[in-house]
Amino acid sequence: MLKQTEGSHAVAEAVALCRPEVICAYPISPQTHIVEGLGEMVKAGEVADCEFINVESEFAAMSVAIGSSATGARTYTATASQGLLFMVEAVYNAAGLGLPIVMTVANRAIGAPINIWNDHSDSLSQRDCGWIQLFAETNQEALDLHIQAFKLAEEVSLPVMVCMDGFILTHAYERVDVPTQEQVDAFLPPYEPRQMLDPKEPVSIGAMVGPEAFSEVRYLAHAKQMQALERIPQLAEQFKAVFGRDSGGLTHSYLVDDADIVVVAMGSVLGTIKDTVDEMRQEGQRIGVLGITSYRPFPLDSVRAALQNAQRVVVLEKSLAVGIGGILSTDVRMAMSGLQLHGHTVVAGLGGRAITRKSLRGLFSKAINGELGHLTFLDLDWNVVNKQLERERTTRRSGPAAESMLRDIGVVAARIG
Amino acid sequence: MFQVRIHGRGGQGVVTAAEMLSIAAFEEGRHAQAFPSFGSERTGAPVVAFCRIADKEIRLREPIMEPDALIIQDPTLLYQVDVFSGLKKNGYILINTSRSFDELGLGDYVRDWPQDRLCTVPATDLSRKHVGRPMPNVPLLAGFAAASGVIRLESVIQAINAKFSDKVASNNVAAASEAYQFVVDEVAHARHGETAHA
Repeated sequence: MLKQTEGSHAVAEAVALCRPEVICAYPISPQTHIVEGLGEMVKAGEVADCEFINVESEFAAMSVAIGSSATGARTYTATASQGLLFMVEAVYNAAGLGLPIVMTVANRAIGAPINIWNDHSDSLSQRDCGWIQLFAETNQEALDLHIQAFKLAEEVSLPVMVCMDGFILTHAYERVDVPTQEQVDAFLPPYEPRQMLDPKEPVSIGAMVGPEAFSEVRYLAHAKQMQALERIPQLAEQFKAVFGRDSGGLTHSYLVDDADIVVVAMGSVLGTIKDTVDEMRQEGQRIGVLGITSYRPFPLDSVRAALQNAQRVVVLEKSLAVGIGGILSTDVRMAMSGLQLHGHTVVAGLGGRAITRKSLRGLFSKAINGELGHLTFLDLDWNVVNKQLERERTTRRSGPAAESMLRDIGVVAARIG
Repeated sequence: MFQVRIHGRGGQGVVTAAEMLSIAAFEEGRHAQAFPSFGSERTGAPVVAFCRIADKEIRLREPIMEPDALIIQDPTLLYQVDVFSGLKKNGYILINTSRSFDELGLGDYVRDWPQDRLCTVPATDLSRKHVGRPMPNVPLLAGFAAASGVIRLESVIQAINAKFSDKVASNNVAAASEAYQFVVDEVAHARHGETAHA
């Protein structure tokens, strides 16, 4: 059924349709509306046989998720930013134990300085934790990916993060098609765990493994992600057959076939990029877009296939690997190895900085003209940066710089963009 | 694509207004995208929310920097925030006030504007009268429907019923209906005035 609703609410409805048995979560912006919505649905009795567990922290949320998933219950949680960092030890354990938990990450920056706005630093910090990570471009895709995530998680026995841009998607009202319970049931069978904790037949899981088998266990984690790489496109096909929509898969290509320059990105910024690309196409520029939906496992072959006819690749990412540059672009460059392409990393949208068509046009034009460097920070205020660098040259002190930079900028509460 | 920017203060239902506008457009079979300015909203602090309306899927995610219409929920913002930033020439301006554009000190700014695109409605008063609370957002949406014709009053009423129930809904419908008529009369008067001057 078509609905005009908030992204968070659309996700809550999707999760409820997946018949979760345990939902445990701790509120943190911008994820809060999702679990609030689910809490209301569970309390109203709209989600059959589901327990909503209020926990005292994110560490507890993931710990409860591990416990409930190990008893054979379909388990869901959601978090963001510092909340994800706080649960990290348990996040790794969930993957190591092969528990098919599904977690929404409402992507948000990581402090310090504290910042509640969107970028991809949080889930990308968990790049190597063993979870599958899928990135949604729209609220419709966020909704759809949750339904696919439970099926994928349970088939390959790995936990899945569904990543959606905090505020930009979670708090946006737009049109979504909410499927029926019959459709979801036709796609997603009940969870059948390999083993489960049962007080009547006690077993222990989470064994200590020494050097004799640890590498093999870790290799298996990699092999399971490689299985997921095959499964993800198949699930997207099955999904299309039941729901009639293209959602998920490894990557989304847009006008790449004849493109000299391809822009690679993840998440909701793809929409703004596509609008910009349409404008530039009308002016005769051969430019295309590659959206990466599956960040882990990373689709090296699919990315390489999409880029191999291009001359130039711009990876625009909402993340920063301090000390080297890009996080996503490192993976994209691996996919390009051996191809003779010009590669550019653009760090954009950190901590909620708006990414505008105007800035993107300027950026892409520079790239086409061969004027773009290897690493660019989009719309960086050099004035503020240089003032601070100058201060640090004259007075050598350690400690935070954010406060003095804010003083240079002045009041920002009244800004529109 | 038609783009609306709503300025107000935390607690005035600015974000809700944008969401309801998107629901009203959806009810008319159109695509709509509403989103807040994502600030650390506090009661009384300046808040901005946005709504795009189009006949095809809306992919753009940037803030609305060149609106076709502005709804200003609190006229004191005129002296604090650059609310007119990027407003398209001859765009619609709707202000929650019982004063005129001249009295608000905007006479020079709107000198060449078509008079029927400059609207005011005492939305806070109407909300107090019908709802018993100073919530100007819903009367302003109805006023926007009257001023712009982009959405219908019936769709605003559907959005009200989607967001509120019972007495709150019916009181808001009453406030919306009065605000709609107020702006319809105002626009008619402005057009008549322009003809008379011509």
